[in-house]
Amino acid sequence: MTTTSPATPLTPTPSHTIGPFYGYALPFPGGPDLAPAGHPDTISVHGYVYDGAGDPVQDALIEIWQAAPDGSLDGAPGSMRRDPVTGGFVGRNGIDFTGFGRIATDKDGRWSAHTLPPGARPGHAPYISVCVFARGLLNHLFTRLYFPDQAEANATDPLLSSLDEERRATLVATVEPNRTYRFDIRLQGEGETAFLDFV
Amino acid sequence: MTEISQNDIDKAIAHKREEYLARRAAGAPVENHPQRDYAPYRSSALRHPQQAPVAVNGGDPETVELHTPVFGVSDITEIDSDLTRQHNGEPLGERITVSGRLLDASGRPVRSQLIEIWQANASGRYAHMRDQHPAPLDPNFTGVGRTLTDDEGRYTFTTIKPGAYPWRNHTNAWRPAHIHFSLFGSAFSQRLITQMYFPNDPLFAYDPILQSVTDDKARSRLVAAYDHDLSVPEFSLGYHWDIVLDGPSATWIEEGR
Ligand SMILES: [Fe+3]
Repeated sequence: MTTTSPATPLTPTPSHTIGPFYGYALPFPGGPDLAPAGHPDTISVHGYVYDGAGDPVQDALIEIWQAAPDGSLDGAPGSMRRDPVTGGFVGRNGIDFTGFGRIATDKDGRWSAHTLPPGARPGHAPYISVCVFARGLLNHLFTRLYFPDQAEANATDPLLSSLDEERRATLVATVEPNRTYRFDIRLQGEGETAFLDFV
Repeated sequence: MTEISQNDIDKAIAHKREEYLARRAAGAPVENHPQRDYAPYRSSALRHPQQAPVAVNGGDPETVELHTPVFGVSDITEIDSDLTRQHNGEPLGERITVSGRLLDASGRPVRSQLIEIWQANASGRYAHMRDQHPAPLDPNFTGVGRTLTDDEGRYTFTTIKPGAYPWRNHTNAWRPAHIHFSLFGSAFSQRLITQMYFPNDPLFAYDPILQSVTDDKARSRLVAAYDHDLSVPEFSLGYHWDIVLDGPSATWIEEGR
């Protein structure tokens, strides 16, 4: 069968909520551990997801996707390698950087991941792309985690510089000891995270 | 707390639908996705942003979100797409084959990408600690599958037909039978999580999650079609469901120049 592009675009399949019961299906061992084990450049990123009442969202799923340290966007397979003998997960190979991570929030609404600093090209600040799914969220949300110690690049980044100070601040993590960055996500209300729509 | 009845939910669903039809009559575009602010699905109340999303122009092919994670044969085992063979015995229920194609909005196949599914068993119970529905668990069915699309964007799962199940949105709330699908495209901006339904389910009209897609045509795209050619003799009934991803990708921007 040959595939030809139709003259008019196809209409998309609608989104639906991830619901409450994805936990035995989507998270995988090593999902939060993008950095090869023991890599000296490893950074930690973590934060909480809050709802409009300020309560932790205990059943959110966070996915992160980013450039490699050299700025490459090619990614690599092997985020969720399987064991052909037992059918279980064997984890990442500890060498390749796949750029992809998946983390379910815990009872405190908290997520954390270990990764390598993303590269960026001139005129753009480095960032980690973040996708949020949750029960009660009928269509996922995209946002970005920018780094507070990249002030110069952040100042000229096209997205950050298009936002007012309050919204911009929701996209910039805060720095903590031991190469750690904190990035909270507020789905609604005061301090609501700036969410993105790709057009 | 006052009880919320199906009748209350029906009225709220009808109200959201009238609002949408009024928007359409005033010239607003078709809404292919649910509004995140959809009161009949009560969990959405505190979990939808109140500010409009920031539009990011996808015209720049170096944008991180116009590229996507890669999955390969090492991320899959052969048995992952057959949910009836993951245990020592045969699961209970009606065996089905679900197959279709994963396409982008311009109709091109999305090749070698990961599709993940999860579902309740034949009696409507998830193999999840927090599912308290007192229907039996099936020791021969977990309800998790994954596969990679082929060169035509095609996927196939062998599973059993999930049962309907009750939930706590309101009194006597029941979800129509559905399979949860997670999909990656050729761009992270095309990421999609959704649910596939079965034709002619009498619960459709009562379900605020399905009805959150207020456009009739859009909603109908979530329902698979019975496909006799996909039925396997003496084994399973076939359902066909194609999935079309939304959003820009780097490849189509480059070709569009
Ligand atoms: Fe479900």
